[in-house]
Amino acid sequence: MSGIEPAIAMPPSGAAPSQPRQASKGFWQRLLRHRSFMAGGVLTLSVISAALLSMVWTPWPAYEIDMARKLISPSASHWLGTDMLGRDIVSLLLVGARSSIVVGVIAVGIGICFGVPLGLVAAARRGWVEEVIMRLGDFTFAFPALLSAIMLAAVAGPGMVTSITAIGIFQIPIFMRITRGSANSIWAREFVLAARASGKGKFRITIEHVLPNILSILIVQATIQFALAILAEAALSYLGLGTQPPQPSWGRMLNDAQSLLFQSPSLAVYPGLAIAIAVLGLNLLGDGLRDLFDPRLSRER
Amino acid sequence: MTDRTPLIEVDNLWVRLNTSRGPADAVRGVSLSLARGETLGLVGESGCGKSVTALALMGLLPESAVVSGSVRLDGQELVGLAESDYCELRGNRVSMIFQEPMTALNPMHTVGRQVAEPLRRHKGLSTEQARNEAIALLDRVGLPDAAKRVDAYPHQFSGGQRQRITIAMALACEPHLLIADEPTTALDGTIQGQILDLIADLVAERGMSMILISHDLGVIAENVQRMMVMYGGTVVENGATDALFAGLGHPYSQGLFRARPRLGAPKGTRLQTIAGIVPELADLPSGCAFADRCDIAEERCRTTFPAPVTVDAGHTVRCLRTDVSMTNRIGAVPA
Amino acid sequence: MNTIANAHVGSEPLLLEVDDLVQRYTLPRENLFQAAPQVLALNGVSVQLTAGKSLGVVGESGSGKSTFARAVMALETPTSGSVRLLGRDLHRLSARELRRARRDFQMVFQDPYGSLDPRQTVARIVAEPLTALGHVDRAGQRGRVAAVLRQVGLRDADMDKYPHEFSGGQRQRIAIARALITQPKLIVADEPVSALDVSVQAQVLNLLEDLQDEFGLSYMLISHDLAVVEYLCDEIAVMYLGRIVEQGRPEDLFNHCAHPYTRALLEAVPRARPGRERQRRGAQVIASQSKGSTGCTYAGRCPFADAHCSAVAPVARSVGPGHYSACHHAESVMTLPPLAVEV
Repeated sequence: MSGIEPAIAMPPSGAAPSQPRQASKGFWQRLLRHRSFMAGGVLTLSVISAALLSMVWTPWPAYEIDMARKLISPSASHWLGTDMLGRDIVSLLLVGARSSIVVGVIAVGIGICFGVPLGLVAAARRGWVEEVIMRLGDFTFAFPALLSAIMLAAVAGPGMVTSITAIGIFQIPIFMRITRGSANSIWAREFVLAARASGKGKFRITIEHVLPNILSILIVQATIQFALAILAEAALSYLGLGTQPPQPSWGRMLNDAQSLLFQSPSLAVYPGLAIAIAVLGLNLLGDGLRDLFDPRLSRER
Repeated sequence: MTDRTPLIEVDNLWVRLNTSRGPADAVRGVSLSLARGETLGLVGESGCGKSVTALALMGLLPESAVVSGSVRLDGQELVGLAESDYCELRGNRVSMIFQEPMTALNPMHTVGRQVAEPLRRHKGLSTEQARNEAIALLDRVGLPDAAKRVDAYPHQFSGGQRQRITIAMALACEPHLLIADEPTTALDGTIQGQILDLIADLVAERGMSMILISHDLGVIAENVQRMMVMYGGTVVENGATDALFAGLGHPYSQGLFRARPRLGAPKGTRLQTIAGIVPELADLPSGCAFADRCDIAEERCRTTFPAPVTVDAGHTVRCLRTDVSMTNRIGAVPA
Repeated sequence: MNTIANAHVGSEPLLLEVDDLVQRYTLPRENLFQAAPQVLALNGVSVQLTAGKSLGVVGESGSGKSTFARAVMALETPTSGSVRLLGRDLHRLSARELRRARRDFQMVFQDPYGSLDPRQTVARIVAEPLTALGHVDRAGQRGRVAAVLRQVGLRDADMDKYPHEFSGGQRQRIAIARALITQPKLIVADEPVSALDVSVQAQVLNLLEDLQDEFGLSYMLISHDLAVVEYLCDEIAVMYLGRIVEQGRPEDLFNHCAHPYTRALLEAVPRARPGRERQRRGAQVIASQSKGSTGCTYAGRCPFADAHCSAVAPVARSVGPGHYSACHHAESVMTLPPLAVEV
């Protein structure tokens, strides 16, 4: 059976081996040429750099209230102006980036650390173990993240930890589902059957074969979830349940700006823009990564 | 009762595709001519260009493909034809059946609807008329209980039955030319024979021309009047099937023939292999594509692209050393 | 019970003994009120294989040959019956004993593109049976991988490459190298050359033959391609709907086959010779298991079937030295005119 010749012929599979490392070199080349990936990468990197920068330097101290200099328009000393308490907007944005990134990273980290192993176990064991795990995930899904956060804040008090916990818990079933789905399709592949025929146990197969093959899917999902986590953090801070004052946060900047919307609309624009840039950057990055990792899309259409 | 004016004439067809190693010529200077009612077989291994040739005839190559040369169907030039005009031809005057019946049918539509689709599109039949016609077609291709099964879905049929359905779809509008790309490769052996019989019967019954593509020399030997052996995008041997199997002329054809394990061969005979492997399209040399693997190649073989040499009536071989290769008389002893 | 007893070739000790293997699968329930439907994939299969000899298992889709391979490889537990390798029943061993026993039997799969993990280097892939057994000596492993790669015609330098850098035929060689590395006695090959081009197929078949001569391997070769099985195997078993309907040496099967299904399979192989003689094959009923008849499962498609065939299931019996058939009319089939040959 000559099932190898595809309907649209690309280099014949009965071909001489290509030079070593050519495929990975091609990957990096494609990476740099991919518009989504580069655009997303630049945006994301700028947000992360802003957060990192804020740890060593900000134009003005972000916490310093100076009522004499409130609501100044953008000028040479305050590049984006000041808010209603005289705080420099640029500094607030930089430190606010820190909150968003920290919440995003830890929440997604929670999702991955718990969700991925649970998904792998579900796919490896199947049967009632899989059923129980998936039902637990469904149960968690049933609670909308925001309501859970509000409930949690009512019990444990508002704060960054509360928002991280609430957002993080919601990430777990998402990663569980996607891990289990993609792991199942790897378990059906013939090289896993070959590993079983060699005598490898399920645990070793999961670590050595399944996980490396689903890594790309998980990475893409992680970038998407990161963006959603930033949005969620902003929403919680806006409601007053997340990062508490005096710690700056983009969401709370939006809330503060609300009452002054007609006097200084720009106060709302800057944090909104910051959130948009972060989310857009991560989504573009995720799209780019998905295209790059998918071997089918990497061929010419 | 074959009409002498060719139904389809392909002249010096070249197809350039984008591969991961850059652009490469998948089809190089293929010419063929098929009269009404004639059957032609294209045989070769992966990457030889046989499927790309078929897709070029159907206009189904990717956007990035560059096609040059001439393909004339009943005098009408197809190279460079607008997509909308090509759509008028496909399923109507030229039809194709593919290797995988599992994926050739839409799982969400009933079988009847899929067979009726070309009838409604090209012949303008009403839903009722098309449905009746579809039932008749399904019956003709040997589907039992056609009137009841016409509303079933593809997953409710076996592989062989699905291929019969795709044949019914392809023949609905009575095309002049049928292209069958490995139609039985994915099917069981006993079903394979039935499907090939069915296709042969329908082709004879309707006076269609057929191009049958296969990697299996046996399938080609039993089903087509003329055949072409392809390697590296070119036709290396060409002629009447019987004449070729009485004495294959090209070293590649001979190698391909000898490499098949044969039923009934005496125990202990070793399979003769062709040395080396098929080179990548992007790496083909300027001379004969087979030169690096050929037992009787000389220096000039690597630099000169061989022109077709007529070794017999209607039997041509693209080889500079046919004087040596023809003496081997590889091929079956005439039955 | 449908057994072919004492069917082993030669008088050396038995390597593999399969006894009355039955495998039943339960399909998902279609209707809450009906019992879940069952498929009888293997219905009493028995074979015996001597060391150094090869058995070919031929059948079409639904014959149960892949299920048979998986049961022999202890990848699935059969509903009943036993698989004995070197005297030990594989399905009765503990998990640890089974893992250790696997050094003696390995498998080669059909799809050269799917059976190698795309994320691992060739060295890791080929060494997998060793790591599964617990050998952790990295340097020693590499040495053995290099040796076995050379045996299958690849180079040492190929060890650190990835599967996508190789052609189909080369990947199949890697798969064969992986099966060889523990120096097994039995290799179960499930359609090892079906996905390869003819010329590549020939190279791999010759390789398999050479390896058998060099190492005294036994093969259990599963294929739908009769010519391939005939070329490589000392004995052929033809399967139909979960049973072996005929078993014997290739020349016996070809020159006087004793079962109508074997004959149908042999006639269906396209012959590459001039004359374009092709027998018209009549319309045939599609084989399925849903009928609960007591007679021969092939009766619905068989040109020789009579009332007796539909009522009583035939038991395998000897029709010649080392030649067995499960057909009431075996003798009539054997006297049919000889099949067309391709010289």
